[in-house]
Amino acid sequence: MPAIELDGLERRYGERAALAGVSVTVEAGQTLVVLGANGAGKTTLLRVLSGLLRPHAGTVRVLGAELPGERWRLPRLVGYLGHDPLLYRDLTGRENLRYHARLHGVGDERVTELLEAVGMERRADEPIAELSRGMVQRLATARAVLHDPALVLLDEPRAGLDPAATELLEPLVGRGSGRTRVLVTHDIEGGLADSDLAVGLKDGRQVLAGSVQAAEARALYS
Amino acid sequence: MIRTAGTILRKDLRLELRTKESVPAMTLFTLTVYVLFHFGLDRDSLDGDLASGVLWVTLLLASVIGVSRLYAAEREQGGVDALLLAPVDRTALFLAKAAGLLLFLVAVEIVAVPAFAILLLGPGLGGALPELLAILMLGNLGVAAVGALVGALAAESRARELTAPLLLLPLLVPLLISCAQATEPLFRQEQGPEDLGRWLGLLTLYDVVFVLLSVAVFDYLLED
Repeated sequence: MPAIELDGLERRYGERAALAGVSVTVEAGQTLVVLGANGAGKTTLLRVLSGLLRPHAGTVRVLGAELPGERWRLPRLVGYLGHDPLLYRDLTGRENLRYHARLHGVGDERVTELLEAVGMERRADEPIAELSRGMVQRLATARAVLHDPALVLLDEPRAGLDPAATELLEPLVGRGSGRTRVLVTHDIEGGLADSDLAVGLKDGRQVLAGSVQAAEARALYS
Repeated sequence: MIRTAGTILRKDLRLELRTKESVPAMTLFTLTVYVLFHFGLDRDSLDGDLASGVLWVTLLLASVIGVSRLYAAEREQGGVDALLLAPVDRTALFLAKAAGLLLFLVAVEIVAVPAFAILLLGPGLGGALPELLAILMLGNLGVAAVGALVGALAAESRARELTAPLLLLPLLVPLLISCAQATEPLFRQEQGPEDLGRWLGLLTLYDVVFVLLSVAVFDYLLED
C-alpha cells in the first residue's frame, strides 16, 4: 500500500485555486521533495496531507486514510513540522514537549530522550522566547516526532539550523529515520539529492513530477 | 477527554501565571469601574436593583476581556493547529477553555466582590453571602460556557477584538437578567430572598442549554 496517493487534488481559498490537479504516489519509506516559488502551494499541500486543510476535490489517501473522511486517523501517524514551531513562547522547551506528549498519550521519558537527541537538554528549562531560532527549530523537530510518526511532513526543516544541528536531527527526520517524508525546500540541489521523487508546483499546478533534474526545477522560480 | 482537558487547562493556568495577561486586567477593570460608579453616581452607597445591576454589568463587561484573550496563545502560537494534529477530542479544548475562564472569573470576584461591598454596597450582605455565592457560581458557569464558545468564534475572525463583545454581550442578556434579579433582594435594606429559587432555576437552565449547545457546535468551529 502506498504511503501517499494523490489523484487530481484540488484545494481553493475562496475563488483562488491554491492546488489544482496534483497527482503523485509515494511508497512507504520514500522521500518526496516539493519544489516551487513562494505561493506555489507547497505549504498548502503539506497542510492537506496533515489533515489541517480539507481537499476540495480529487482523491487523497495518506497511510491508508482517505481524506477528509478519515482525518481522525492521521494524528497518530503523521508528524508535522511547519513554519510555525507550535510551541508556546512563555513555556520552557521541556514544558512544551511534555504538553504535546500528553496530548499524544506519550510518556515523559520520551521527552527526555528527545531533548537529548536534539541536543537541548541543558537549555530545556528556558522559555522558548529566550532561545535562538535554531534552538526553537530543534525543539519543534522533537515535537513533530514525539509520537514516532510513520510519515513526517517537513516545511523547510533546516531553517535556522547550523550544520552540526542538521546532522543531529538527521536520525529523527532525515533519510536515515526510516520514515516516509514529504519535504518542502528552496534548496533545489539539496532537496533533490535528499529525495526519491519530486513534485514541482507553479501557481498551484503540478508542472513537474517524478525524477526531476535541477535545471528543470530552477525554471519553477523564474 | 477529561484528562486531555486537564492537560490543556494546566497549560493555560501556567501561561496565565507566567504572563499575567487576563486576570490582573479583568480585576483592574472591575475595580476601576466600581470606583467610577462610586464617584460618578455621587452616592455613598447603592442598594436594591441599582446595586445589583452595577455589580453584574461590571462583572460581565470584565468577562469580555477574559474571553478576548482566551484563545490568544492558541491563535498567536499555533496552539489550535497543535491540537488538531493530536489525537484529542475537540470537546476537550472547549471544556478546558470554559474551566479556565470560570477560574479566572472566580479569581476576579474574590477581589471584586469585597471591593464592591466596600465602595458601593449600602446595606451589606448580612447573612446572604451563601445565596450570593450560589448566584455568582451559576452566573460564572454560564459566562464560561458562552465565553468559551464565542472566544473560539472570535479567534477565527479577522476583527476578533470587536467580534467577541458583539457576540458575547447579547448572548449574556438572559444571564444578566437572571443574575441581577436573583441578587436584587439580597441588596435591599430589608432583605428577603423572594423568588430566588425561580431565578436560580432559570440560571441553571441557561447554563445547561449553553453547555450542551457549545459542546454540540464547538467541533464545527475548528473545522477548516
